[in-house]
Amino acid sequence: MPILQIRQAIRDAMKEEMERDERVFLMGEEVGYYNGAYKCSEGLLDHFGPKRVIDTPITETGFAGIGIGAAMCGLRPIVEFMTFNFSAVAFDQILNNAAKLRHMTHGQFGVPMVFRGPNAAAHMLGSTHSQAFEHFYAHIPGLKVIAIATPYDAKGLLKTAIRDENPVLFLESELMYSVKGEVPEEEYLIPFGQADIKRPGDAVTVITWGQGVPVALKAAELAAAEDLSCEVIDLRSIRPMDEAAIIASVKKTNRAVVVYHGWPQGGVGCDIVARIQELAFDDLDAPVLRVCYEDLPMPYAENLENLILPSPERALAAIRRVAYKR
Amino acid sequence: MTQSEAAPDAASDSTVDAAYEAKLRADYDGQSREDVLRDYREMLRIRRFEEAAARAYTRGKISGFLHLYIGQEAIAIATQQAMEPGDRVVSTYRTHGFAIALGSDPKACAAELFGKAAGLVGGVGGSMHFFDKERGLWGGYAIVGNHIPVAAGHAFASQYTGDGRVTLCFMGDGAVGIGPVHEGMTMAGIMKLPIVFVVENNQYSMGTPLKRTLPVEDITARAAGYGFASDRFHVTSVQETRRRLGEAVERARKEGRPTLLELITYRFRGHSMSDPAKYRQKEEVERWRLNDPLERTLMALKTIYQVPEQELDAIDETIVAEMDAAYDFADKAPAPAPEARFENVMAEGPYYGDSATTRPAGVE
Repeated sequence: MPILQIRQAIRDAMKEEMERDERVFLMGEEVGYYNGAYKCSEGLLDHFGPKRVIDTPITETGFAGIGIGAAMCGLRPIVEFMTFNFSAVAFDQILNNAAKLRHMTHGQFGVPMVFRGPNAAAHMLGSTHSQAFEHFYAHIPGLKVIAIATPYDAKGLLKTAIRDENPVLFLESELMYSVKGEVPEEEYLIPFGQADIKRPGDAVTVITWGQGVPVALKAAELAAAEDLSCEVIDLRSIRPMDEAAIIASVKKTNRAVVVYHGWPQGGVGCDIVARIQELAFDDLDAPVLRVCYEDLPMPYAENLENLILPSPERALAAIRRVAYKR
Repeated sequence: MTQSEAAPDAASDSTVDAAYEAKLRADYDGQSREDVLRDYREMLRIRRFEEAAARAYTRGKISGFLHLYIGQEAIAIATQQAMEPGDRVVSTYRTHGFAIALGSDPKACAAELFGKAAGLVGGVGGSMHFFDKERGLWGGYAIVGNHIPVAAGHAFASQYTGDGRVTLCFMGDGAVGIGPVHEGMTMAGIMKLPIVFVVENNQYSMGTPLKRTLPVEDITARAAGYGFASDRFHVTSVQETRRRLGEAVERARKEGRPTLLELITYRFRGHSMSDPAKYRQKEEVERWRLNDPLERTLMALKTIYQVPEQELDAIDETIVAEMDAAYDFADKAPAPAPEARFENVMAEGPYYGDSATTRPAGVE
């Protein structure tokens, strides 16, 4: 099976879908002549030409809105944000137009499109370029929110996203574009709403997604060295969420830790804890813990950033705590 | 009835002076009686619809925000006439006039204001979110300026698919300072989209007059920065407005060049029903009333076309009856079913929430 980087899997997904469907186009800053700020669209301009691989001025609100307006006319836009941090500029377009138009037009219009790009902290980018946006978007009915951590998932889920009739926020990771993995040559799609058990185990459930996945897997490896068996659940799909997979695992392990990028207050981590306590209260042997950013803006300085980010060591400490090992 | 049969005293009770009448005659030169009567009838339908809305609001039948189009009707009528089938109107929260002009059923419009299932969008939108795709009304947007990039997206789709459609995007003078307007126009300019941007300058951004919101009074001065053509004029008659809008529509369709139009107009009511408009003097309102396109059309019909009072009264009575019937229908129409709240959230069908912890009782 071919081994691809995540960036190549993303490119292949877009290329295949653009070949399959004339209505699909890619729009964003530097996606064309520059081949993508992170090279996710490498070669696409040469292959499809400027009609379908469209460089934009720096106008997140402008091109997000163009995508929405085009989707309402039946096209299938892929809008790339150079980073989801810039999607904040277009937040109103996503919140009030993409997410609402099917509803407020009583179904006269739909917005079948994908907003994609890297999300959350990378390395020493400071407070405005290091934020996790699933916590904002997963709050909003009308949207779907996906976060990927492997090339296989990236390709299969992005193809599903492009074919979905709803607006999909597709979250990638700047630090993980070079992560390699097996990707089948034949076509496949991964349905939304299905978590993937990235590592089976029976002592502690570790729920994670996106950039949290390698942190959780490393922590699980460290825990295994201490005879603590962790089941690492990669949600992949944050909205809709595979609640059944979470609950099934917690009923088995009776313990859960949520590992993710983002602040502790509000957001997806709190949502998961709420679901677990309501649906598996009697199965819990310990409080559910969260390992995420400290409740602080991200500083540039490397030592300070490392203190704030969720690390395998902090995740391991939480795993030990819910297992009552120290 | 022909013009010669019109009542001889049709204009005798008017108070127009000679200069006003001369301008009136110039504006209506070459227009047929039937055309002017049609424009009058269509404008009056919007006005009577809006007046009925105001009464219903006062009686507590309509809640939320209600922004009336009284004074600006000629723009919607001219737009309808300047469009071709399939062209799109994208507008704001002051959009009833476009719906009526484009042929939406006043019953469905009134029912929407009343929050009823038979409303234009099933009662989920209210006054601010009128959409009637079949008739070319593509919104209905209520976050000021956020429809400008979306409208550019419709025009982009026309360019992408070659469907030959033109998108007409309306906004108020209060919108031109907000970011999405700049971004949407920048994109339309760089991509050479088939779109017409129309600023309906009704003199007030809610209660704030132009001189306190516009660094440069002439909004069309911005057109050069986007590579747009531009046009700017007082809206005093439907046909002049139609002609100049039509030029912009053709420019969009044939040359793919956007135009920025500033249509100087006036709303005679407050910004919304909760605004008594205390920020302006009665004299100002009276001065504008002389230029109200509806009043001018009525005056033209009386003085130039010699249409008898009885005929004009009969038109009015028919329209009032139509609108009364629409509001009566809205009043009696059923509210949306409880299950309606689950509809049109997601494409897949009814949506009850993402978690077993938050779904309504009885829903799996």
